[in-house]
Amino acid sequence: MMKPLSSIIEVVDLSHSYGERKVLQDLNLGIGKGEVFALIGPTGAGKTTLLRIIDLLEVPGAGEIYFDGKCLPRSGKQRLEIRRRMSFIHQKPQVFNLSVYDNVACGLRWRGEGKNRIAEKVDHILEMVGLEGYKNRNARTLSGGEAQRVALARSLVLEPEVLLLDEPTANLDPVSTAKIEQLISYVARQHNTTMIIATHDMSQGQQLADRIGVLLDGRLVQTGNVTDIFRSPQNEQVAHFVGMENIIEGVISASNEGIVMVNIGGNAIQAVSNHPAGKEVYACIRPEDITLALSRTQSSARNSFQAKVTRVTSFGPLSRVEINCGFRLVALVTKISAEELNLQVGREVYATFKATGVHVMERKTS
Amino acid sequence: MTEIWHAFTKAIELIISLDPEVMEIAGRSLRISGTSCFLASLICLPLGSLIYSHHFRGKRVLINIIQTLFSMPTVLVGLLVFVLFSRAGPLGFFGILLTPTAMVIGQMILITPLLLGLTISALSGVSKETVDTATSLGASGFQTVWLVLREARYAVLAAVIMGFGRAISEVGCAMMVGGNIRGFTRVITTTISMETSKGDFELAMALGIILLFLALIINIVLNRLQQR
Repeated sequence: MMKPLSSIIEVVDLSHSYGERKVLQDLNLGIGKGEVFALIGPTGAGKTTLLRIIDLLEVPGAGEIYFDGKCLPRSGKQRLEIRRRMSFIHQKPQVFNLSVYDNVACGLRWRGEGKNRIAEKVDHILEMVGLEGYKNRNARTLSGGEAQRVALARSLVLEPEVLLLDEPTANLDPVSTAKIEQLISYVARQHNTTMIIATHDMSQGQQLADRIGVLLDGRLVQTGNVTDIFRSPQNEQVAHFVGMENIIEGVISASNEGIVMVNIGGNAIQAVSNHPAGKEVYACIRPEDITLALSRTQSSARNSFQAKVTRVTSFGPLSRVEINCGFRLVALVTKISAEELNLQVGREVYATFKATGVHVMERKTS
Repeated sequence: MTEIWHAFTKAIELIISLDPEVMEIAGRSLRISGTSCFLASLICLPLGSLIYSHHFRGKRVLINIIQTLFSMPTVLVGLLVFVLFSRAGPLGFFGILLTPTAMVIGQMILITPLLLGLTISALSGVSKETVDTATSLGASGFQTVWLVLREARYAVLAAVIMGFGRAISEVGCAMMVGGNIRGFTRVITTTISMETSKGDFELAMALGIILLFLALIINIVLNRLQQR
């Protein structure tokens, strides 16, 4: 994992509210040069507000932001200068009622670039996003995906040091989404552009980002690399949000050299953890880490339970299987193996998972 | 009834034969109102943009006042200009009362609130997201307003046309400050008013038809613009 050498953006104790409503609370965050950072969180968590403040569209209620070592001024001409080193792609692509060419060229014109340079750059970028034939079309006549590519081209042509993206693929069809994602990762690799991507789509964050921050109710609950966030969420909220479907309440009954036994209503699960005995915890298991079989298999996995299938639902190439083994578990298996195992309600199976596949987190009793 | 019919056919004749007097009067109307509309636009578009882009105390009140003045009586404007530019008035030394210049000034004052108000609402019609997008792309305050003006160009153009329509169709101010001097300040509306009181309907009707025709063209153009 890339370690940021120096922060280009440093957010310190940032808070912001709209009237009575606190949107952001005590945020601290450093973004390294060239880093791709995904800000994930549900709608209304404050992602857009944070991006707007970083882009100097809004002045924060409290706290400071440092850009390239310099504290962002709260007013004055300098704000424009700093803003011109960044570019922000807003959630709904707002193309101007002008030709595609003029849309893409406007940022360069505002910066006083020469006519020939502009033509060169715009042509190049339109080719890159695959809109070279659309130069003279009015941008308002484009489809959603095409408009988003114009918005992307319009920002990329400025070669910003920092690119802010707010839900870049929301409301787009899968094909357009894939195209936009490809472009984003291409630019991140080729130009080493620092990016902050706000998304509610975890898999997008996982796919594009070096590092992820989880924003819940205006608080940055956890930041870390992709594996950290997905394997070891810090609390129940994050666990829920990152798709940890099995979050089971239990109490640690024994703890020895990094291995614990978690007692769940009489059943014991082995897990890798350092929590002491007697601690109330959640045991979290990702549904894809549970394997199902018809007989007890000999394997290194420490946890194996006899269970009854209570429900099978299929989505896409996967089947989601709910089982009861004294406690409720959800497993994800491929559709083919679900058919091979003839998984139906009432069928007896063995659910197996490794001790390392169980993430134990403290349960705060409040 | 036959009299009206007779006047109507005569009027059509005057138009079709491109009667010199009719053409001269219609041309003067277009010139004077066109000039006043153009000059008023030169003032109102930048001023409207300025009011739109700045937040200040009393902005709402100002906009309310501007909107109230949309229906300012034309004779009131006539009175104002007359008092200002009459020989004894504060601006009397210009000596422009009873000239086309005075008419242009009067019409400018008349349509300024309309142009200003409609420009502000045209600009306000551009979404906040568009404004934010421009700002994010590095537009300065002035560059943002320029873009917003371009985004709202059809609505702004509609405002200008509405202003022209009000200028060319008013009679009170033109009569008071222009004086309806033949071959000098006589325009469509003042002629209609005078000829009608003389009981001479032919010329009045011909000019009335031309005025209606102009209104029709303005309406068609407006509709076209508003559909875009």
